[in-house]
Amino acid sequence: MISRAYLLYRTATSLVVLGGVSVLTFGLTFLTPGDPARTVLRKQYGQTPSPTVVEAFREKHGLDEPLVVQYVDWLIGVLQGDLGNSYISGRPVVELLAEALPPTLQLSTAALVVALVVAVPAGVLSAVHQGGWIDTLSQLAALIGVSMPNFWLGYLLIILFSLQLSLFPVAGNDGFSHLVLPAVALGTGMTAIITRLVRMSLLEVLDEPYVKTARSKGLSERIVVYKHALRNALIPVVTIVGLQFGFLLSGAVVVEVVFQRPGLGVLLVDAVFARNYPVVQGAVLLMAVLFVLTNALVDLTYQYLDPRIQLGGSQV
Amino acid sequence: MITAESSRLETIQRRLRTRIEIVMGMLRRNPLTLLGALIVCFLGLLAVVGPVVTPYDPAAQDLPNRLQPPSLTHPLGTDQFGRDLLTRIVYGARFSLGIGLTVTTIRVVVGTTVGLVSGYAGGWVDEVLMRLVDIQLAFPGLVLALVVAGILGPSLQNLLIALAVVGWSTYARVVRGSVLSIKERRYVDAARLVGTPRRRLFRRHLLPNVISPVLVIATLNLGTVVLATAGLSFIGLGAQPPTPEWGTMLAGGREYMRQAWWIVNAPGAAIMLTVLGFNLLGDGLRDTLDPRQQTRIEEV
Repeated sequence: MISRAYLLYRTATSLVVLGGVSVLTFGLTFLTPGDPARTVLRKQYGQTPSPTVVEAFREKHGLDEPLVVQYVDWLIGVLQGDLGNSYISGRPVVELLAEALPPTLQLSTAALVVALVVAVPAGVLSAVHQGGWIDTLSQLAALIGVSMPNFWLGYLLIILFSLQLSLFPVAGNDGFSHLVLPAVALGTGMTAIITRLVRMSLLEVLDEPYVKTARSKGLSERIVVYKHALRNALIPVVTIVGLQFGFLLSGAVVVEVVFQRPGLGVLLVDAVFARNYPVVQGAVLLMAVLFVLTNALVDLTYQYLDPRIQLGGSQV
Repeated sequence: MITAESSRLETIQRRLRTRIEIVMGMLRRNPLTLLGALIVCFLGLLAVVGPVVTPYDPAAQDLPNRLQPPSLTHPLGTDQFGRDLLTRIVYGARFSLGIGLTVTTIRVVVGTTVGLVSGYAGGWVDEVLMRLVDIQLAFPGLVLALVVAGILGPSLQNLLIALAVVGWSTYARVVRGSVLSIKERRYVDAARLVGTPRRRLFRRHLLPNVISPVLVIATLNLGTVVLATAGLSFIGLGAQPPTPEWGTMLAGGREYMRQAWWIVNAPGAAIMLTVLGFNLLGDGLRDTLDPRQQTRIEEV
């Protein structure tokens, strides 16, 4: 079981890391060369703003306060679930995030489903027929899959399935048919990674003594592979799937731009270009929190799936 | 004195020969690794001598010949301004490889240094440095790079800074891990006991042991940096038009997908080929140098 000391250590370090994350998130926007207020206004109106406008903007958004005060104000707001208001629409950032999150989660989940549905059977077949043509083919496909830029794949899919065959819509977010191509574009990289992982992991497990025992008992190969070996082989897959969640989020940003699909990615990219700092901070913070939560969840699941693993110990 | 010098030279020569033999053996055994090496060498050559072999100017517009499909005069066709795509792809290799190499080098140097110090020093130094690494790893890498590049202002230089700043933590973690396991070995203790200066201890005993994993990660990392550079440029946060950068070219061609499919596909294929080359080479290096290391880095 998880020891109390490990939990305490883990909680303490997580708090330190979260504090650092908040400082970094807040500090990011002050990387802007020059005065943020002036840059924001120039972006918004396309001309150099008058000093009175700049002054008013600063006062309105608290930019005239010292940096530390601004940070503390922001942090207090964050802890109360208030991420400020968009510079452009004036709407609460929390509202914007609440609208953008579901489509992104939908896309990521769909991509994950695509990846698992293709990768697990492909990896198993590869391992079972190691060295055969199925194996060669799937490994080659996996290599191309990891090397494929998802935005190019997105356009390839659009050209083939939307423009040539008219099977799916080009862009937008309206029901299942709009989800298929983006999910494939986003899921392909992950499919490739998981295929290789399942193959490698299964090959390793098939070498274990207990598999030999199962075989020598006269069990059919099917039962040996699926009932005995695969279960254990899938344990590392869980970790990688979890750890690659950030990869999916990053990928979703680009894929959303390709398919002009509303979501966290489009929200963030638009906000970055417009220097809409409260929205940038909110979106980055949300992604980091999601990412950290999944990683923590993976740690716990991992131990549940494989009781041999003792968290903590030498790490602490 | 002279004999000492020459024997030293011989040792170096012998070591070099062994290393070359290892590499050649690796290439002979695995045709895919050889393919990767060939792709990488070809692209490198293209980046260096490209301007000499391409008959067109990558920036010169030729509007009468716009949107020409691939032909003998324009093997990959022309873009919306009539510029020869093959020429622009060849020039683009300079940006992709240049940024890939620069960013990876910075990451390796910073990450390895942090990892060495953290692992060797231990205690609060280790704790502080590793929490810094954790903070960075709490963000999806590409997202962090996107924001840093965007806030600094869209340009190739800022993109390079953003990518260099965010990716070193992987190296720090791996190097720290290796150092932790090496520093308890007897020969390191022995070296310390006979009073080996710390600098020499690092150079002779710790560094050589972490080179293999770092080299493997760096090769695979080159591919991901090329991918990230193209991706962020595609979004508009890197090279700006009319720079012949692959991601920027792809973004410029998207309005013409219906009439001219080659404009997005030529740079797309170039990016994929480059990344594939580094991945094949990296996989081969890992199998040869570091067979136990199984983790891959896919992020940024």
